[in-house]
Parts: sequence; structure tokens; C-alpha cells
Amino acid sequence: MFSIIMARLRQGHRTIRYPRRPPVLPDRFRGLPVIDQGLCGNACGGCEGVCPTGALMRRDGRMTLDLGLCVFCGECEKRCPKGAVKFTREHRLASRGRESLVVGQEAVLRARLDETTRKLFGRSLKLRQVCAGGCGACEADCNVLTTVVFDLGRFGIQFVASPRHADGILVTGPVTKNMELALKKTYDAVPDPKLVIAVGACAISGGPYTGHAETCGGASGVVPVDVYIPGCPPHPITILDGLLRALGRIKE
Amino acid sequence: MTAILRWAVLRNGTPLPRREIPLLEGAVFRASLIESVADGARVAAYFGYLPEGEPGVDLYAVLAFREDGVLRVARMRVTGESFPSLTPACPQVHLFEREIAEQFGLTPEGHPWLKPVRFVKSCRPGHDAWGREGDVQPLIGVMDFYRVEGEEVHEVAVGPVHAGIIEPGHFRFQCHGEQVFHLEISLGYQHRGVERVLRGGPDKRTIHYMETLSGDTTIGHTLAYCQALEGLSGCSVPARAQVLRGIALELERLANHTGDLGALAGDVGFLPTSSYCGRLRGDFLNMTALLCGNRFGRGLVRTGGAGFDVDAPLVEELRKRLDLTLRDVSNAVTLLWESPSVMSRFEETGRVSLETCGEIGLVGPAARASGAEFDVRQDFPSGIFRFSQIPVSTGRDGDVFERAFVRWLEIQRSGDFIREQLQMLVAGPVMAEAKAPAPDTVVVSLVEGWRGAITHVALTDKDGKFAAYKVVDPSFHNWMGLAMALRNQQISDFPLCNKSFNLSYCGHDL
Repeated sequence: MFSIIMARLRQGHRTIRYPRRPPVLPDRFRGLPVIDQGLCGNACGGCEGVCPTGALMRRDGRMTLDLGLCVFCGECEKRCPKGAVKFTREHRLASRGRESLVVGQEAVLRARLDETTRKLFGRSLKLRQVCAGGCGACEADCNVLTTVVFDLGRFGIQFVASPRHADGILVTGPVTKNMELALKKTYDAVPDPKLVIAVGACAISGGPYTGHAETCGGASGVVPVDVYIPGCPPHPITILDGLLRALGRIKE
Repeated sequence: MTAILRWAVLRNGTPLPRREIPLLEGAVFRASLIESVADGARVAAYFGYLPEGEPGVDLYAVLAFREDGVLRVARMRVTGESFPSLTPACPQVHLFEREIAEQFGLTPEGHPWLKPVRFVKSCRPGHDAWGREGDVQPLIGVMDFYRVEGEEVHEVAVGPVHAGIIEPGHFRFQCHGEQVFHLEISLGYQHRGVERVLRGGPDKRTIHYMETLSGDTTIGHTLAYCQALEGLSGCSVPARAQVLRGIALELERLANHTGDLGALAGDVGFLPTSSYCGRLRGDFLNMTALLCGNRFGRGLVRTGGAGFDVDAPLVEELRKRLDLTLRDVSNAVTLLWESPSVMSRFEETGRVSLETCGEIGLVGPAARASGAEFDVRQDFPSGIFRFSQIPVSTGRDGDVFERAFVRWLEIQRSGDFIREQLQMLVAGPVMAEAKAPAPDTVVVSLVEGWRGAITHVALTDKDGKFAAYKVVDPSFHNWMGLAMALRNQQISDFPLCNKSFNLSYCGHDL
């Protein structure tokens, strides 16, 4: 017993101050990518050629990058001879609409839910997590939110064991055909009104598995998605920011 | 006895022309495989392949001989609809044969447990090992489950969607009161079709498949892939990159072992270690992120070397963080061994004997906990492990305690290894140019991931593209170990036993 108390003192207080203080991210962190259209000139297409998931695409004469497909590998940044593509340290990536995940078209960061939903869930949100073909990385970075470091409970958000106890589901993975029915049933088991949050490139678009006959290419073909949180996997701070922003707990 | 000498010999990561893989008569192939495994060889891979322009299916087997540090490969051809199953004489191949049956629509005659693995269609339309009609996608989970019947016997079915944040799988327990007679594990829910799309590669997406084969083993699988590709293209990886890769591999081990020890503590309701280790696991992941910007090591291991270099301040920062974190891990984990309430739950729970371990071919800490001294880093060393050895940590009883304690031993040894490597980091480049893979070549690449031996086998065609790319995650060997560990245990000990293995679903389902 004595050694347990000593260990408690030793291990100290570890909960981060976020969101009151800015998060501490590694120096080499790859956050929101930006495209400088002036520098790009939209001529060479080198970045399109190296992008593993086809996230970079020319639309209306502008180079655009779909955050929903991006795996944040940084190959485009390395490839661009003009330095037009840059991965910034911006960790806020969540969005309410699939279309607004496209960088180079319009602004992103529109994760806020409507007033009624915020009123319902703003102070208490219970989520059932469904992994549907996820590799375990998105799952791990959701799981870590429940540790003392992030202490998700202090925001009134909690992962629960049963869909019957949940206000919504948080989906990871490209949704394999073999999980399609299970995801649908879990969604149906959540009482109305309910939310769906898609976390990670796979759940948004299929990510590296986009176009595979064995997957559904993300959650939105199976269940209606309310919030998208991009990344491969998203940093835990990005997920937390997305959840808090959706609930209106972080205001810009 | 001498039949095994007809198999082609190769070493970890070293290429061999495909024409040197002998095509053996079925009887010779089977007899030499059974005999070698009985003598202590391990089945590293066993898979089917459609030979170009010829009828039938070739079955390739790769055996690992740890005492000589060599791998042996041979093939046999099946021209009919079935072949004699090896499983009754060599249980290690049970899942490999089920996989072959499912993928190629061939029946291993006499297989005692012939069930689908991932619920996919056979790649030969019109051929199905279960005689299912038509060319339709089989329904997941639809198969004959093992059933115990009798008074007061009941069945508990769990999944695919589980209660925690965890991958999907279906478990059926045959119980008598609290006691579990048998646990059947039925997977396939995570199947994303990875091996199918790897054929014809490598291309720009290949490495991202490797990085997401099993997300918590990003470094392990990507390293196995890069090692295979470097072997195929004759690329010599710079020493500095070898060291960085080794450090990354051991950081991955540290993160996962620490996280699992915390989760084991959580499963017996010992919250101090559970919450400390939850934080400490993240600290190791953050060290990997220091190296490459991603907590799981995405982008760090690249064909020809490492995607990122380190400078002196970064090395210093890493060393500082490592010392602090390891000290806290030691503090948190020692509490487990000092707490009688924890030890009474860990000890003699979920025991797997050394005999069973050998029969079903367990790998990694799960095997070492039963006393099997098998570790790729020692037996088939590649990269930095050819120069810097990490002692193999083993246990004896193969129970939850030993599986936990072996992890703790490995944490200490991986910590020592990283410290040592950071001290004498050689100078030089971190990337060498890799040429195109050689045509008509085979390479077998082994890496000791944190769960155990990762095996990748690549066969190239006449253009140097992958004719086949086989991935064997350690979980593929170990899921049966979990089923065996649960025999005659209380069903309430399932989470504890499960976490002591902590296997990958997507690594198995691919």
C-alpha cells in the first residue's frame, strides 16, 4: 500500500491544459496542408503523380487537396519544385461537410453542429466506437483520449459499451464489406437523435483502401456522417479538437 | 531425412532466383515438411499461388530453422480439387491450409477444422472448398461453429462489435457455468483485400498498405517490406539508417508492451498501473513522433533507408525522454509484481504449455513466455541486429503472468538497446537509392515485431513486379494460442487472457 502511494506521488499530475493552453506538438508534425496557388502555377502535376490516394486534384484551374483522402505522408511537399504545397502545424482539421475538406477551394474548420444538436449533446456526449476495417492506429488515438493525459471525461464525453447507451457512433476504418451490416445494426441500435463522427482518412473516404471492392470506401455510404476528422491517423489533439468544436465547446 | 536437403536454402532478406525453388512430389514435400517441423523447424509461411500459364495451384512452404539461421523453401503442385492435409501430423499449418482452401477452392483432405478464414470468394471461380454454389460473396460468420451439448452447457457469443475501442471479431464460448470448455474465434471482419492489390506492385500506394497492415506495428511491417524490396533490388542500406530503424522498432515494442501491461492491470481492476501506463505508452509514441512527426512511425521507414535523420539536439532530447519515461515505467510496472491481488489473478491463468506452443507454432512474447527461445532478432538477424544483439527474454509457465513478465523483461532490454544505439550513432547518409526489383526472384523477409515474427514473402514476375506478396502477421500464428489459453478457465478471465496476447485483427484479416 505504501509503495502504491509513493508511486502516485511520483507519477504526478499529467493532464494537459488543452484547450485553455495551446497543445504541444512534435517539431516534425504534419498538420493542415496549404497550397499557394500563386507559386503553384498549376502546370507540372508532379504532386498529383506522387500522391498515393489521389487527394491532389486540379479543379477549375486550381490545385486542390482533399483532406478526406490525404494520409499526410508529405510526398507532395517533397515533390513540388516550387514549394507550393506545405504541411503546416495547424492541428485543427475537423469539418461538418465532406466538401469543405477540400483545401484550395474554400475555408475548412467548420465543425460546429447546429444549435439544437449542441443543446442536446453539448454538455454530455456518449459515443459508441465502431472499428470497421481500421488498422488500429485511429482506434489507439481515440483510446488515448480516455487516459489521464487528455481526460476526455472532463468535457462530458465518454466512450460507452453499448449503442443503446450512446448518443452517437464514432467510426474508424474504410468500412469493410464484412463490417457493413454490423455498422448499420450498431447505428440502428442508437436511439434518436444521434450523431456519426468519422475519424481518419479510411472512415472518410477509404483512405489508402479507396477503390477496393472489399470496402465501402468510408462510412458515409452506410450511415449519415455529421462530423469528419481527417488524418492518418489524426493526432489525438485533432480528434479532441473536432469533438469539442462540434459541440461548440471551442469557439473561434 | 535427406529430403529436406532438396529444399532451396535462403537467408533473411536475401534474394534467390525463382527457378531454384524446387517443385517436389507431394509425398516428398509433405514428409520433409512434417519431419523438419517435428525436429524443431517452424512454418514461417505456407501459401498457394497460380503458376503462370500452367494448370493447377502451387503450394509454397517456407520453413525457418533457427539453429542454422536459414530458411528453406519448396513447392508442390496440386492439379486436382484436393490435397492431403498436413494438419493432423503438423498442427502448425492448420490456418495456412484453411487459407489455401478458402483462397483457391482446394480441399485439404482430412483437415480436422476446415472453416473459412476471412469469408472471401475463391480466386478460381467455380471452385469452392465448401461446395457453396455460384460465384457469390460468402456471408461473414456463416459457418459451422463448434458446439458442446449437454445439461447446463451454454454458449456465449460476443462480437463482431465489442464493448471497448477495439477491432471487430466474433468469439463463441462453450461454457459450463463459469468454466469455458472451448473458445472459437471467427475473424475476417477487417478484410480489406490487401494481398490482392499488392500483386502487380510495388507502386506508390504499396508502402501505405504496409504502414496500415496493422497500425500498431507500422514500423515492423514496413521494415519487413523494405527489407524484402532492398533484397530484391540489391540495395545496401546505410548504417545510420539501420540504426534509426532499429531504434524505431524497439520504440514500437516499448510503446505496445507498456500499453499492454497497463491494460492488463486495468483488466484486474488495478487502476494505478493502468492509468500510469496509459500515459507512458503515449510518451513512447511521442518519441517516435519526434523522429518522424507521426506517433506510429508513418514515413520513417522507407525503401533504401530512413525517411528522416536526427541531429545532436534531437538525440539528446530522445535520450532524456527515454530515461525519464523508463524510470516511470519501472515504477509503475513494479507495483504489479508487488501487489498480491494482481499476482493472484495473473498467476496460473490462461496457461499454454511449451508442448502446445510448439504444436500450434506460437511466436513472439507469447511463445517465449512458455519457454520457447525463438526471436527473429537473434535467430535470423538483419539490419542493426546483426551487430548489436538483444538477449532473448523467456519465461517458463506460459500463463498470463509470464506473458506479462516477458514483456517487462523486453521493455528493459529494448530500453538498454536504444540507449546504447543513441550513444554511438554512426555518421553518414540515411538513404541509399534502390533500383527496380529483380525479375523472377523470391525473397523472404523476417522481422521480430512486438507481437512476434513478421514474415513477408515476395515473388516477382518477369518484369520485376510482384507476382505474389504474402504477409504473415504474428497474430496469424497466435490466435489459436488464445483459444487454447482459455480452455478450462473462467469466462471472466477472457479479457485478461486476451490482453496478455493482444493480437491484431486486421493483421490477420489483411
